[in-house]
Amino acid sequence: MPASPRPRLAVWKFASCDGCQLSLLDCEDELLAVAGEVEISNFVEASSAVAPGPYDLSLVEGSITTEHDRHRIQDVRAQSRHLITIGACATSGGIQALKNFAHLEDFQRAVYARPEYIESLATSTAIADHIKVDFELRGCPINKHQLLEVISAFLHGRRPNVPTDSVCIECKRRGTVCVVVAQGTPCLGPVTQAGCGAICPAYQRGCYGCFGPQDTPNTEAWTRKLRDLGLSPIDVQHVYRTFNAGAKPFRAAGDAAGVREGT
Amino acid sequence: MNERTIAVDYLARVEGEGALRVRIEHGTAKEVELRIFEPPRFFEALLRGRAATEAPDITARICGICPVAYQMSACHSIEQAYGIHVTGVLRDLRRLLYCGEWIESHALHIYLLHAPDFLGYPDAIRLAHDRPDAVQAGLALKKVGNQILTLLGGREVHPINVRVGGFYRAPSRDELETLRRPLEEASSLAERTVRFAAGLHFPPIEEEYEFVALRHPEEYPLNEGELVSSRGLRIPVTRFEEEFEEVQVPYSHALQAHRRGGGAYLVGPLARYALNRDRLPPRARKLADEVGLEEVVRNPYRSIVVRAIEIVFACEEALRLIDRYSPPAAARVPLPATPSQTRGCAITEAPRGILYHRYDLEPDGRIREAKIVPPTSQNQTRIEEDVRHVVAGAIDRPDAELADACEKAIRNHDPCISCATHFLKLEVERV
Repeated sequence: MPASPRPRLAVWKFASCDGCQLSLLDCEDELLAVAGEVEISNFVEASSAVAPGPYDLSLVEGSITTEHDRHRIQDVRAQSRHLITIGACATSGGIQALKNFAHLEDFQRAVYARPEYIESLATSTAIADHIKVDFELRGCPINKHQLLEVISAFLHGRRPNVPTDSVCIECKRRGTVCVVVAQGTPCLGPVTQAGCGAICPAYQRGCYGCFGPQDTPNTEAWTRKLRDLGLSPIDVQHVYRTFNAGAKPFRAAGDAAGVREGT
Repeated sequence: MNERTIAVDYLARVEGEGALRVRIEHGTAKEVELRIFEPPRFFEALLRGRAATEAPDITARICGICPVAYQMSACHSIEQAYGIHVTGVLRDLRRLLYCGEWIESHALHIYLLHAPDFLGYPDAIRLAHDRPDAVQAGLALKKVGNQILTLLGGREVHPINVRVGGFYRAPSRDELETLRRPLEEASSLAERTVRFAAGLHFPPIEEEYEFVALRHPEEYPLNEGELVSSRGLRIPVTRFEEEFEEVQVPYSHALQAHRRGGGAYLVGPLARYALNRDRLPPRARKLADEVGLEEVVRNPYRSIVVRAIEIVFACEEALRLIDRYSPPAAARVPLPATPSQTRGCAITEAPRGILYHRYDLEPDGRIREAKIVPPTSQNQTRIEEDVRHVVAGAIDRPDAELADACEKAIRNHDPCISCATHFLKLEVERV
């Protein structure tokens, strides 16, 4: 194929569910337009034509959980001019980071009869723990409109317009009645970053923190509130320990909930 | 040279990471290993100690392509343990949500992942240069599936509105009405898809599959039914583990499921169709007849036509459910404070085939042990057999061509490697 003047895009997968890269294919109205703006050079889930690097923009999904991947991410970085991590696995280690609070051997034995065949590190960690990352897009899964905004921003050499304030702001903007105030429903909205569009409260459910901690989360105060709403210490710990359990403020809040592992 | 190894390092256009290794000795495929090297994420381990009510949201993260399947199998399992039954309108809403996932997932596979194989393109983007009509039809269909997921579930990937007992919020009639026109358009696109798929060129291959699927007294199966097979198995889903077992192989991170005392079997569209053709709505059956789809399809390449027929079904079913919808008094069946039995298990039909969940609970409702058997781990051994046959029929072709043929044989089954862990790396060793 002749050299293309279009920026070259690569999509990489580490430990994950594929949902965030699927978000790109879920841009049904925009996909062909995006494909016109960039050359999709390496996107194994969508294409068997893989062109070698370097790439102008790499999107990285998934967390680092194996020795092999610890090296592979270095290689991906070396081939990428800009590198953006997409989704909770890549930005905080994902749900699989729950193993960081347990013993690897115990986890392996719970799933596999022959754990010795299984290659796995004791931890699941964010991509930014291993390499320099140019931008982190949050969410479990990411919001596809934010993904388009981020791709477009990098193509035009500007900072993405992705707010880092809380889900509460989105609830207010959307006109959703607060589920904590009106129904006493436990909600992580005040400590969670916006971006999803405050979907859960709009469906009469408390936010469960899938976009990770907001910029300045007061988890200490919010933990007290969650206890007042009737959650036990272990329930509070579990609330923080889901899809962003490895994100620092949530990790600290979960630890501080004061319950030892296994109780 | 009478020894040859063919390796495909990354299987493209499948969800997840995998590889294939084939060892050819004296012109026969001796070893075929489908290696799933998606890093393990230990879901069954990390679920321990969590509240049973968290299982739907946590297990959804096993697969971004079929999260609803995980949510459904989890909900049904936990509800069984708590002794509650979700019926009537709430059951309809679950079926509707599942229809959305089937439409989305099947349209993705047919147009973006599978069709390029038949038409000689590396991907749908390049296919769109020459056949924009086909790719746009696929994207339009996929979008309607996603509209159902978004309206009813809150978002396309990892919907937030599903809970044990039902939903957080049931939609109004007016809200569901907004899906009618898109679904009517999808319905006619689905019919075009059947004709498009049936017009592709298929290698003349017939496999001897043991098909395994759910079977329901009246419906084409989604959430419920008995477990049946084309070799006469007929059991309640609670007996799944008596009849099927998972084994670990040294070369893969995914466990492989087998019939106890038997062997490989196949789940997914070919199996559902073979065992439930009589439960399809008349229009879908008529279309199948029109395009010459026999009652049992044993050619794995033609699964693309069966997927299209299932989209026709899913659109019709969704419209039927919307027609008769009136909002429920409550969005869920309330859950008792504690489970009434310590074990709950269920099977539902994910787009790729049956998905088994089993939870053993503590008296307070926390999970003591979880077991999850996804469709792709069930199909792995059978996919290896398909590949063995492809190799046998193309043994003299150069490695690159052989590797390409093997990859296509794998993609026929729409494997989702994130679910089973992942795959795609072909290594052929010739001895």
